[in-house]
This record gives sequence, C-alpha cells and structure tokens, in this order.
Amino acid sequence: MANASSIDDLTPEGVNVTRAPRSGAVGRVLLAALKTRRGKIGATLALIVLAIAFLGPLVPGPSPTAFAAPSFSKPGVPGAGLLGTDVLGRSVLARVLNGGHTLILLALASTALAVGLGALLGVFAAYRRGFLEGLLMRGVDVVLAIPQLVFVLLLMSVIGPKWWLLVLAVGLAQAPQTARVMHAAAQSVCERDFVQAVAVWGEPPRMVIRRHVLPNLTTPLMVEAGLRLSYSIILIAGLSFLGLGTQPPAPDWGVMVNENRLGLTSNPWGVLAPAIVLAVLAVGTNTFADAVARANLGEMRGEETVIAAAVTRENE
Amino acid sequence: MSVSPVTAPSAPVPVRLGTGRAHPVRRLLLWRVPLGVLSVALVSMFTYFATRVLPGDAASAILGQHATPASLARLRAQLGLDESAISGYLHWAGEFLSGTFGKSLSNGQSVTAEVMPHLVNSLVLVVVVAVFSTILGVLAGVLAAYRRDGLFDDVGSVLSLVASALPEFVVGVFVVYVFAAGVFSWFPAVSILPPNQRIWDQPEKLVLPALTLLIVTTPYMFRMVRAATIEALNSDYAEVARLKGASPTRLLFCHALPNAVAPAVQVSGLNLLYLAGGIVLVETVFQFPGIGLTLVEAVRTRDVTVLQFIVVLLAIFYVSLNIVTDLIVLLTTPRRRAPR
Repeated sequence: MANASSIDDLTPEGVNVTRAPRSGAVGRVLLAALKTRRGKIGATLALIVLAIAFLGPLVPGPSPTAFAAPSFSKPGVPGAGLLGTDVLGRSVLARVLNGGHTLILLALASTALAVGLGALLGVFAAYRRGFLEGLLMRGVDVVLAIPQLVFVLLLMSVIGPKWWLLVLAVGLAQAPQTARVMHAAAQSVCERDFVQAVAVWGEPPRMVIRRHVLPNLTTPLMVEAGLRLSYSIILIAGLSFLGLGTQPPAPDWGVMVNENRLGLTSNPWGVLAPAIVLAVLAVGTNTFADAVARANLGEMRGEETVIAAAVTRENE
Repeated sequence: MSVSPVTAPSAPVPVRLGTGRAHPVRRLLLWRVPLGVLSVALVSMFTYFATRVLPGDAASAILGQHATPASLARLRAQLGLDESAISGYLHWAGEFLSGTFGKSLSNGQSVTAEVMPHLVNSLVLVVVVAVFSTILGVLAGVLAAYRRDGLFDDVGSVLSLVASALPEFVVGVFVVYVFAAGVFSWFPAVSILPPNQRIWDQPEKLVLPALTLLIVTTPYMFRMVRAATIEALNSDYAEVARLKGASPTRLLFCHALPNAVAPAVQVSGLNLLYLAGGIVLVETVFQFPGIGLTLVEAVRTRDVTVLQFIVVLLAIFYVSLNIVTDLIVLLTTPRRRAPR
C-alpha cells in the first residue's frame, strides 16, 4: 500500500501537504484566506452580524419582550422605534439586537460537536483501515440516508424543544458529513511514508494521529468547520422558524421571521430585518469558508470541496 | 537527495490486468443495493425505536391530560406499545412491507389517504425544480465558462455564492415580499389548496415555492458545470480541436459539454437529495400541501404513525436516488467504468 504513495510524495501537491507547519497552522490558514478579496468580504460580513448579535444586548433601548406600540406599526409611528413593531407590538429593533446571540452560540456548540466527532470518526477510520473502517464508514452512510433536517425533526419531536437537544441533534446530524470528508482527506495522509514510519517505530495510534496525521489535515478541518458553522446556523434558524428551536416570547431571528409573516404588508421590517441579518451571516461564513478552501487548496479544488461538502458526498 | 529511479513523478501506476474483479457496474449494484436495503432497514429501526422508546410512553404523550385508562389502553394497543419493543418493530415492519401503514393518530384517517395526495404535490414541485434548475444551471455554467472572467461569469459567480449560502426559508420570505406581498402582488403568498384539489389544478400556487427552491439549487449546478467546462476547455484535446479550426459552438457543445455531463448528473442527484429535506422549510413558508408540511404537522401533533411513514419513505427515496446517481455517473465517465 505504500508503493503508490511513494510516487505521490514527489508530486508538487504532495510536498505542499507534507510541509504544512506543525504550530500556528490554524493562524496561517486563516491568514492566507484573509489575504484574498473573498476572505476579506466574508469575514467582514460575518463580523458585522456577530457585532450586532453580541453587542446588541448592551445597546440601551426598549425591552425586546415589552409592548411598545400597536402591532405591526410602521417605523414612523411614535414609540415604534426605527424598525416599527412586530405581531405583538414589540420593538423590532430591540428584538433584532437581542435575537442573535443565542442562535450563534448554539450554532457554535453544534459545530464543535459535529466537527469534533466527525473528524475523530473519519480520521480514526482512515488510520485503522480494515474491518473497523468499513463498519464505521457504512454506519456514516446509514445516518446520511436520512435528510439532515428530517433527522433533527425526528429527534426534536421525540423529546421536544430543549436547547441541549438542539445542539446534540444538529451536531449529530452533521457529524457524518465531516466524517466523510475527513476520512477522504486522512486516507492519503495515513498512507504516507512518514506516518507509516512512526507507526512502525511503535508510537501508539493516539499519538501518531495527534502528532503526525492531524497537523496535515489543518486545511480540510478548517474548511469543514466553516461550512458546518454556516449550515448549523441555517439549520438552527430553520428549526426556530418551524417553532422547534428557541421558544417565544424570547427574541430569536428565526422565530421573528415566522411570527411576523402575517404583517409583511403592514410592517415588512418585522420579517425583513431578521431575514437580512440571517442572510448576511450565512453568506459571510460560507464565503469565508470558501476563501479558506481556495486560498489553501487552489481555486478548482476549493470549488469542489465546497460543493462536495455542501451537498455532501465525495466521489468514491 | 538521490535521483529517484526511472519513474517520473507523473508516471501512471501500471494497470493490473486480469485481477479478477467484477465489472464496476456490477460491483456497484452488488454492493450498493443490499447496503441500501440495510440502510433503510436501520433507518426504520432507528425511527421506530426513537418514536417509541425515548418519550417514555407515546400514548400518554399524545393523549395528554385527556387520557383515561381505557383510551390509553386502546391507543397503546393501536401503537403496538403493549408488545415488547422488538416484536412491536417486527409487527410494524411486517405491516409496512405488506402495504398497511396504519392510521393517522391526529384524525384517524389512514396514513396513505393522508400522505399520498401530499406526496404527489411534493413530487410535482421537486420534478419542476429539478428540471428547471438543470437547464438553467447548465446553460449559465457553459456560458460563464466560455466567457471566463467576463461580466456574466463574475456576476453569475457572486450571485451563485450568495444564493447557495442563504437559508431556504429566508429566500422564501424574500420571494414572498417581492412577488406576493410587498413590491408586486403577482402570485399568491400562500399555496393552501382545498382538500380535493391537486397542485396542477392551481398552477399559480406552484410558482413561488418552485422559484424559491430554484434559487437555492441552481447555484450548485452552475458552479459544477462551469468548473467542468473550464477544465475541458483547457485540455489538450480542446486545444487540438481549436487548432483544427472547430467553431466555438462546436468546441463547446461537441467537445466540452459531454465532459460536463457526469458532474451535471451528479449535481442533479445531489440537488434531488437536498430537495428531500429542503422542501420541509419551503413548504412551511408557503403552507404548500406537500409531505414536508405534513411532516412538520406530524412533529407538532406527535402523530407517530405519519412520522414513521414519511421518514421511511424519504429514506427509501434518498437511498435509491444515491444508487441511481452513482450508476449514471459511472456510465457517463468511461475512465471510471473500466475495470480497475
């Protein structure tokens, strides 16, 4: 099995991968992305929304759950604020400022779960090979045989909307995707001579994976994390929209889009404002992930990685 | 570093002939079909046990405060909760295989009568979206690749990046705002139908849900076809064709496009897979009477039988589509079809 990889070692991509630095690799990968125009745009968009979400609650103003003016008042109405009022007459501006941080924290937590678990499974399977690899990856296939959202809905219907379940369900639903991508990426690394060599020296698998395999997987791992984050945001916002995420009267961008739909003609901001911040956040994180892929893997491969991971499934 | 012997870096790995492995198509079918059946079986087990074991007792959860011992017992018997988990599953799976899907818990109708009309509506929606997004994506992708880095390519690439990142329900509300309630009022904002009608009786109610899904799915097709066409146009054989004086049209449609077929098929497959889940949110935005909306309703009302039926149905669709897509990709990529 090492015969083919020794040829690969001489190809330009091969050298590039091996040379991936051991420390500060994460910073370097991010910096490379930030130097591109795409990366700058993505990071700026995401940071704007993060600022709204986390600094918003500090902005003085009306309470997001208190009555401000008659329901669906337009922005001009006294007491209605800059963005008017929502279905129950609460300030849309206050609800937008306070409705993001929970969503983003939940998305971060599920991303951590998805990427951590997925990478662990994928890399371990690629390193161990043989029967266990087959078993693990076929297990991944089975979970992937249910559409993500349906999988999450199933879990949510059973236990009901709880925040920890949301994190667990969204994380578990996405872990198989990460496992697939990381498995594919780790396979070529595990075949390399230096990995084989340290394994022969008798280093325990845990150490080989941590010291020699993972450092060479920084880029795919970062791309995965970025993509999973943007999908977690979409999934969690979608669940809130369906009424299975954050529960009213707490402000939440997904909930707001749902509850203010009836007033789209009287005060469109009730729907448009949360929809716009969600859109900017999703586009920002996704664009940044794309920039990470392109800056570190090359344009074409970046394109493929993003698409493959986006709709999930690599070619054999 | 010593000079490496003979083999140049790009030297092909020698082809091993006669290794006795089956033809890739047969191997794919022999492997994937049983695996697919196994996947569906596992999904059905997962669904059954999740809806049965975890909530403590589904019957009391459904009946809530109105539960009387008699009604509880009746519902338990109906759900098979009086049996052990394993025999309950076997019973349910046996009935499922023989085409008996039970009764909806929320209105007592048979599950088929409840779900099938919605399934038809959803299928119409999915097929319309798949056909249009393929046509649109292929044309735009080829055009963008031909005029690479031109205005159309730049605009198309930015738009596709934005559109593919947006959450589908956000696209949905923007579409409603622009075309139904806000800027223009050309189409109905909701797609609610009278119970005895199908979606083709009122096709104007199909437009906005389809448009929403089209916006979300076309970018993948566009990007993949664009990338594949660019790769083909940069290849040696395209150069030869160019030198032999092939017209740009001939070059694009006879030399480059055939190479984009495999990725296009793959992306249509992926888009269909995506749609199996994506319809849930979009149907909810428009109250479109499809299985996505039915699924959300079943989750809200804890209608276990409907829930189980739809999840298993979606899994069957998902798994078979996966196999069919891989098969078509294999058949349209000669390089991979040759036995290795």
